[in-house]
Amino acid sequence: MTDWIYVVAFYGVAGVALLGGLGVLFFRNLFHAGLSLILSLFAVASLFVLLGAEFLAGVQVLVYVGAVAVLILFAVMLTQRITARRVRRYTRALIPAALVTLGLAVVTVFVMVKVELPAIAPIPEASAIDELADQLLSTYLLPFEVISLLLLGALVGAIVLARKEERR
Amino acid sequence: MTITPLHFVGVSALLFGIGLLVVLTRRNAIGVLMGIELMLNAVNVQLVTFDRVYGPERLDGQLFSLFVITVAAAEAVVGLALILAVYRSRGTVAVDDLHELRG
Repeated sequence: MTDWIYVVAFYGVAGVALLGGLGVLFFRNLFHAGLSLILSLFAVASLFVLLGAEFLAGVQVLVYVGAVAVLILFAVMLTQRITARRVRRYTRALIPAALVTLGLAVVTVFVMVKVELPAIAPIPEASAIDELADQLLSTYLLPFEVISLLLLGALVGAIVLARKEERR
Repeated sequence: MTITPLHFVGVSALLFGIGLLVVLTRRNAIGVLMGIELMLNAVNVQLVTFDRVYGPERLDGQLFSLFVITVAAAEAVVGLALILAVYRSRGTVAVDDLHELRG
C-alpha cells in the first residue's frame, strides 16, 4: 500500500470523481451535467478497483454507466428544450440547502477526527468473485430473490407509467 | 505517505456532500435524480472501504453495495418514468413549479 503509484492513482481518481460531482452541481446545461455524472461514475468504479473489488467495478460500469446514465441522458433529451430560453438552474432554497450541507460537513469532520480506523487489509491474490457468488446464493439468497422481484416490479411500473394513454 | 481508509472515507463524504447540494438546489427533477445517484455512489465507496478494512474473510460490504446498485437502478427507472409522466401532463419538470399540494 505504500507504493507511490497507488498514492498517485488514488489522488488522481478521487480528484476526477469530485470534479465530476462538481460538474453535476455547476453545469448550466443539464446534458453536460449528465456527461459529468458519467465521468464521476467511472472514477468511482476506479476507486473500487483501487480497493480490490474488481467485480463491483465491473457491475458499476455495466449498470450505472451502461444503463442508468444512458437512461438519464434519454430523459434529459425527452423533456428538455436545451436551446430554448435560459432557465434558472437552482431553486430558491439555496441558503437553507447550504446550511444543511454545512451541518452535515461539520458532523462528518467531527466523526472523522474522532474515529480510529485500522489499515486497509492487503488485497488478496485470488479474486473474491467465487466467494461473492457463494454468499449471494447461500447467506444472501432471500435478499437476492426479493431484489429480483423488486426489479420486475420496477420494470412493469416504469412501462405502465411511461407509456402513452390509449385513446378510447 | 500511505493511503488510509480515512482517505477513502473522506472522498466518499465529499462526494456525498456534493450530491446532497445537487439534490437540494437543482431545479430540474432529472438533476435531482443525478444528485441521488451521486449520494448512492458515495455510500457504495464507503461500504466497500469498510469491507476492505474488516478483512477478506467477510464480503458483506461488497454484497451490500451490490444490492444498493440494484435498488438504485430500479429507483432511477421508476423515477425517470414518473418525471416523463409529469412532463407529459404538465409540460415542466422544474420541482418548484409543481406545488399543487402546498398547504
